[in-house]
Amino acid sequence: MSQRYEMRFSGSGGQGMILAGIIMAEAAAIYDNKNAVQSQSYGPEARGGASKAEVIISSQPIDYPKATGIDAMLALTQEACAKYCNDIKEGGILLVDSEEVKNLPRGNFKTYSFPITSIARDELGKTIVANIIALGMITELTKIVSHEAIEKAVLARVPAAFLDLNKKALQIGFEKAKAVKV
Amino acid sequence: MAEKKKKLLQGNEACAEGALYAGCRFYAGYPITPSTEIAEHLSVRLPKVGGKFIQMEDEIASIAAITGASLTGLKSMTATSGPGFSLKQEGIGFACMAEVPCVIVNVMRGGPSTGFPTGPSQSDVMQAKWGTHGDHPVVAVAPAYVQEILSETVRAFNLAEKYRTPVMVLYDEIVGHMREPIVLPEKGELEVIDRIKPTCNSEEYFPYDDKYEIAPLAAYGEGYRFHVTGLNHKKDGFPTNDAKLIQEGNERILRKIENHKNDIWKNEELELNDAKIVVFAYGSTARSARYAVKEAGNSGKKVGLLRPLTLWPFPEKAVEELAKRVKVIIVPEMNMGQMIVEVERYARGKCEMKNPDSQAAGILLGKEFYYLPPHQNLWCGGLHSSPVKEVLRRPRSKERGLRRAFRSRWEVYNVNSSCSKKR
Amino acid sequence: MSTAVAVKKDKAPFDYNKYLRPNKLPHIWCPGCGHGIVLKAMLRAIDASGLSKDQICMVSGIGCSSRTPGYVDFNTLHTLHGRAMAYATGVKLAKPSLKVIVITGDGDALAIGGNHFIHTCRRNIDMTVLVYSNAIYGMTGGQYSPTTPQGANATTSRYGNIEPVFDCCELAKASGATFVARGTAYHCQELEKIIFEAVQHKGTSVVEILDQCPTYYGRQNKYKSVTEMMEKIEKDGTVSVKQADKLPPEKLQGKLLRGVLHKIERPEYCEQYKKFIIGKAQGK
Repeated sequence: MSQRYEMRFSGSGGQGMILAGIIMAEAAAIYDNKNAVQSQSYGPEARGGASKAEVIISSQPIDYPKATGIDAMLALTQEACAKYCNDIKEGGILLVDSEEVKNLPRGNFKTYSFPITSIARDELGKTIVANIIALGMITELTKIVSHEAIEKAVLARVPAAFLDLNKKALQIGFEKAKAVKV
Repeated sequence: MAEKKKKLLQGNEACAEGALYAGCRFYAGYPITPSTEIAEHLSVRLPKVGGKFIQMEDEIASIAAITGASLTGLKSMTATSGPGFSLKQEGIGFACMAEVPCVIVNVMRGGPSTGFPTGPSQSDVMQAKWGTHGDHPVVAVAPAYVQEILSETVRAFNLAEKYRTPVMVLYDEIVGHMREPIVLPEKGELEVIDRIKPTCNSEEYFPYDDKYEIAPLAAYGEGYRFHVTGLNHKKDGFPTNDAKLIQEGNERILRKIENHKNDIWKNEELELNDAKIVVFAYGSTARSARYAVKEAGNSGKKVGLLRPLTLWPFPEKAVEELAKRVKVIIVPEMNMGQMIVEVERYARGKCEMKNPDSQAAGILLGKEFYYLPPHQNLWCGGLHSSPVKEVLRRPRSKERGLRRAFRSRWEVYNVNSSCSKKR
Repeated sequence: MSTAVAVKKDKAPFDYNKYLRPNKLPHIWCPGCGHGIVLKAMLRAIDASGLSKDQICMVSGIGCSSRTPGYVDFNTLHTLHGRAMAYATGVKLAKPSLKVIVITGDGDALAIGGNHFIHTCRRNIDMTVLVYSNAIYGMTGGQYSPTTPQGANATTSRYGNIEPVFDCCELAKASGATFVARGTAYHCQELEKIIFEAVQHKGTSVVEILDQCPTYYGRQNKYKSVTEMMEKIEKDGTVSVKQADKLPPEKLQGKLLRGVLHKIERPEYCEQYKKFIIGKAQGK
């Protein structure tokens, strides 16, 4: 893989989108030995508002650090989806939280909808791991990093007391995505 | 896997790690976006190595505290962003005048005033040079990659200690907040320079002894009871009103940098050999430029990149030499045209000068310089008369008026806006 | 602790030259200025404290009083207007073994440096802050300061000053200083004892020292002589804390208290830093 692969994680401030970006970048750069750059853009809000993290993955050194055409995007809120979906590439992937994003953008890309936050609440009892479930899904859908790499990256970044919870969250993400993948 | 352990670090964390590597043992700062992570990181890391961290009451107090700490012999640093950098200016001048080594990091955000705290800019590069009053030496480095933030912070400390002067590290929000995998250098891998201390007895010690180009600096509390002041002073550090001594002192602090530019300069040169078009870019803008230059090269165009890692003193020699043999120098910056003025000054009319239409925030930067038309940008640089005429025929927006006021030549050079308009 | 040691009676004259840089004199101060009296009291107090010259770091800002460090043989740092305490904080935290003494004026400490003043007191970092308070900006030629009395004349208050004054000692106390005192140039032996005690204190000690600027304050406010200034402002304008206890409130009207006004024990910043921050970070 020499081409840039560009990912965007978007949602509302406090949903862990920047952490998701960091984990993805670490999975690629540290555990899969590729090049990765993670950047972010946010407003003055620590909670709420639209927030995004971008990850560029390449086998080559990465000069330009921001996204130019998105290969895979996650949107956990309608606001973030509307604000950030405009540069998804043809043939790209959009993953949304189906209960939040009701107006799906149209375009030449594939959209996957899951009730991500509800899954987190119903199956794990904690909405806070929605970002990790989403990471599992997007890993499975894109195959841009290996399952092992993303798992190592997740476990290295979360508090020790929540290792199991996050491991499960990731697994649920893999499975749900695998079931629908075409 | 790589032999050495890679770590995904944010630019600001890498800066803090660089400071520790260089031997920084004192940090004073005041929270300000987008530099705060440096303080957060050092507040944890410094005490582990016996260093001191203090959050002062404002940015003025921060530059003051690091200057005081440095005089006790500790390598010291502060970090800030636009508004805080403005506040620190008087203290920076004091450190220049009193020749106290210290490092000031400015993670540049949008301005003027409160501006765009979470967005990038490169609009403090001239302030770094001229922000404090009076003639004074300025050394500023400008890293563009996270790994480089670490190594350039180490270099900043080295230059500060070697030349007894404050050194600035200028980078912008993009690289400050960005995360990239980096390798932490092992001990001994990068050069670390410590200031020279006096060995003479205290009666013979003069903190500004002109028999040296850069006089040894004693530490407070070690038997050399010397005086430091921001007033013009003699070699013993005490104030003077003697015009001749004042002139000599002012010249000496400028000369100690001027005479060592070859040691302080550092440039990355890419494909410069037979380039007819050259991009002069620094910091995160240079990342886009690098991409564009490589792309242009792939399609057979002879385009090169000159990327200064030392912004001040200005890389005049490199620009002068380049201007003699290239057709065009393009200077993209995330500001309304600051370093381009300096590039022009040293190109001395030997080649054309162009400023791609890339002001404002980082996203725009990408769109203008790489995302939309990397080659086009460069191509516009290569086409001369027709787009220029076109631009002159068609004055456009308010923005144009603003630019005219800012710098009248802009409209002639601003050929790229006509290109992007057609697109 | 007894303060009697600070006063040496019936002995050989005190050798001020031991602490001065004789070749840096004469000083810039005007005839009749109180700063010289304060300087001498301070040197006697320092001598009594037994501190070595190498141990002392004297830091100042900008103004007439701030020229003091140039004349004394310590580690000396003459900094920017208002910022002396911020520089001093850096010095002290970086090298806690130094005894830091800040020399500042009413304008330097309470106007441009007001923020550093209150935060230094709040931290209770170990340093002695001597505020030479002559109610005027002398170096720039006699403008009103935060301690210029209401109604007084200055070159920038030709119709009489309308601004209320800062009570330096109350401000220091409210900000958290653990030793607060007031002395005057007139009561120079008492001042020596106060400075001695301030230097001995662990934590931020603030001494407001009323002294006189005959050149700018005296002339503009119709004082006929330096003696008149010292008597009216420093002698009659103040009452010692001990006397004050015995006097009825109406006799205290309009007078400032002299002596040690506030002295408490509170953890000192550098010790706290060592104990809690370095201690926790290094797992000790």
